[in-house]
Order: sequence, then C-alpha cells, then structure tokens
Amino acid sequence: MGETEYTIGAVVREPGSTRRNKTGRWRVFRPVLDEEKCVGCAKCFMFCPDGCIRPTEDGFEIDYDYCKGCGICSKVCPTDAIEMVMEEEAE
Amino acid sequence: MSESEVRVINGNYAAAEAVRLVDVDVIAAYPITPQTPVVEYLSEFIANGELDAEFIHVESEHSAISAVIGASATGVRVFTATASQGLALMHEVLFIASGMRLPIVMAVANRALSAPINIWCDHSDAMAQRDACWIQLYCESNQEILDTIIQAYRIAEHEDVLLPVMVCFDGFTLSHTLEPVEIPPKEKVQEFVGEFEPTHCRLDPEEPMTLGPVGGPDCYMEFKKMQDEAMKEAERVIGEVNREFADEFGRSYGNGLVEEYNTEDADYIVIAMGSVCGTVKHVIDEERPDVGLIRVKSYRPFPGEQIAEIIQDREGVVTIDRAHSYGAMPPLWTDVKAHAPDVEISSTIAGLGGRDIRPEDVLKAIEVAEKGKGTDEPVWINVNA
Repeated sequence: MGETEYTIGAVVREPGSTRRNKTGRWRVFRPVLDEEKCVGCAKCFMFCPDGCIRPTEDGFEIDYDYCKGCGICSKVCPTDAIEMVMEEEAE
Repeated sequence: MSESEVRVINGNYAAAEAVRLVDVDVIAAYPITPQTPVVEYLSEFIANGELDAEFIHVESEHSAISAVIGASATGVRVFTATASQGLALMHEVLFIASGMRLPIVMAVANRALSAPINIWCDHSDAMAQRDACWIQLYCESNQEILDTIIQAYRIAEHEDVLLPVMVCFDGFTLSHTLEPVEIPPKEKVQEFVGEFEPTHCRLDPEEPMTLGPVGGPDCYMEFKKMQDEAMKEAERVIGEVNREFADEFGRSYGNGLVEEYNTEDADYIVIAMGSVCGTVKHVIDEERPDVGLIRVKSYRPFPGEQIAEIIQDREGVVTIDRAHSYGAMPPLWTDVKAHAPDVEISSTIAGLGGRDIRPEDVLKAIEVAEKGKGTDEPVWINVNA
C-alpha cells in the first residue's frame, strides 16, 4: 500500500489510521445485494460482525472499504438476496 | 570525580552493578537459575536506596519481557534478566521487542534447556533466539559483563540501531564465579551512557501514537528489512562504542565484534564464544603457540566477513560450539561457513549441559583441526557415546 509510512517500529503518529487503511482489500468473496429480492428484514445488518452493512432510506448498503467477505450476511438472508461473488468477477 | 574501585564479585553481581551504574528506570524479571542473583541484587539496591527504579514483580518470564516492553515504550530505560527455560518462555515476545525497535537490555546467564533437566551452562538457550532480531553479545569475564552491559545501552539506544540487546554470559562459569572487577564511578558511567532520550515512542498525552499496529502483507516485509538494516548498522556502532569505551575506561574487547588472540602467524585457528575462550588462550600460551583464537563477541550481528578474512590460508580451522542444531550443523560453524565457503572448517561440539571444557578438551578440538576432518559432521568432544 503506497500510503504506509515506514516509521521506526511501525509507530503510527497520526490518529485515525483505520480510516486510511481500507481493510476490505483482504476480501476474496464480495457480498452483492439484489435490492429486488431484499425484504428489509435487517438480519444481515444485525449479524455482520464488522458493522459493514448499514441501513439507508430505502434499504441497505454494504461498505466494501471494510467488508472482509466472511459471507455471514449471505448465509442469514432469508430471501437469498445476497450473493457471494469472487472479487475479481464482481468488478 | 571519585575513583574506580576493584571488588571481587561474581558475574551476576557484575551484571546488577552495571545496571545500578547505568541507573535504569524500570526492571521486571523473574528468578531462574543461574540468573536469579542478578534480580536479587537489584532488589537489594532498590530497597537500600542505591538504585531509584521501579521493580515490577511478575509471575513469569513471558510477563517480565512484556512488562519491560510496555515500560520501554513509554520512553524510559529498562532492564531484565533470564536464562534457559525462562528465555525460551520469552521467545514469542522477543520478536515484539525487536519489531517495535525498543532499546531493551537483557542479561542472559546461559544455561542448557531441558530435558533432561539441567541447570548448567551451554548456549542452547540464546542460540534458540538467534533469529529474534536481538543483538547478542557474549562475555568472557566478569569485568566484560559489567562493561558490556554499560555499552549495551549505548548500542541499543543509538538512533541508527534501536534494537534490543542480549548480554550473554556463561551460567555458573561466570555467573557464580568470583573475579576481581573494576567498578567505575557512577558519574563516569552516567556521562558515558548519557541521559536517555526516547526516539520513536514515548508516553505523551500531547503527542498520542499507536504502537504495535497491524502490518499486513503490503508492508510487513519493509519493516523487517528495516530491522535487518539496523542490525547491519549495529556492526559499525558496536565497534564505535567499544572504541569510545576504551578511551573513557581503558578497556576494550577486540574491535567490539571479534577479539583476535595470537592469530597473526598462527597455523591453526580456533573459533569460539564465551568463557571457554579463556581456556583456549591458556592452551595457546602454555602449549600451542602455533594456534590462534577468534573469540566471537557479537554473534548477532555476525561479523562473518571479518572472520572469513582472518581464517584464510591456515593449516586448519575449527569451531567450538556449545549448542547444536540437531540434524544439521551447529550454529557457530554454520555462520562461519556461510561467509567462508572455500575454507575447510572443522566443527566440534563441547560443553553441553555444563560439561567442563578443560585444556585437554581444547587440545582435542585443535586435533580435529589438524586432521582437517569434521567438515561433513561435527565431532563431539569428550562424550561417551
């Protein structure tokens, strides 16, 4: 990652480094939401271990900057509205 | 300024005395033979008001090294000491100390590892920490223990180094044996080590920072390469500190990295570390003027090129290892050979688990060099098997 400052001992001097380091790049599978199938039950929102699914005015959005692709949202969705797609195929 | 004082003390006392002279701020340690007296003496110094430091009592060596890492990261001078199983228990934490680039100094009274249970000297404990990116300095005498611990703070805290230092000395052979040691006045040592100025991390509410963050595949290698470069810098800094120490205190140990003894015209060269080097010198003086000794004081960083140069064009070269890499070749031999692939170097293993290495055993090692054997496998000296 080009942004990393190679400090002695990897000391981070500026607070808020998790905002700069987008850990979503660890992801192999990407959850893709089919808004047509979504019934708004919010199970995905409640089960996401990383707080990456957020309610919006008309449904939910997935924060790909930090989603690690664990697939729990897809597993718990009662209407199979979230499909796990290989990252490079999702682009 | 007061004068130096010569006192007859053991190696553990010499280590504790050095820590008192350096005036460290935080000590955390757990007792283990043969290092226990180091921390007992330090406790006494603190209780008597001779050393103004916090002593953190911990329940294990894992906690001892963790506590000094925490203390060092706040920006103070720290010290710990251990041996054998205690050092092994520290193992995973040692990498954190070096990765965070903390200038911790630790005394190691070298002792064998179980099983079978054995409290006596060999180098297996420190050799097992070889790749933890700690500087490892080995002492031959009690005076050298005191002097090396003082120097270790200068080396560890140097801005081009910033790595932890292990000062290793042979359990019992040095740790519990009395020798006359010149103890310099505290003011002089204080002048030499200087006031500790934290470099990259300190506890400061005005300047908050994150220590020990995640370093993923994208950046981990860069940080590790920086550590390796710091190790290379340490080679230069160890030499500089050794010279400066000689100017101030009148004592030096080779060039700080290796000490040569009678090597100039020697036909045979023995390469060894620690207290056995005194025995090798004795054998050279009494019986074998045709033999020279390379005493490796700094095992990490390893001054391989210097050693390779010294051992060129000899009749025979032999290493004496007090540890083994089972199923392969012993560590000291391996490091020397890596830098001198064209030189025939014989390998001996001696003194494991405190077995004495007597002058006649040194002669046996020299005999191995004379025969030029042992390049394929190590020769175990004085073993009934």
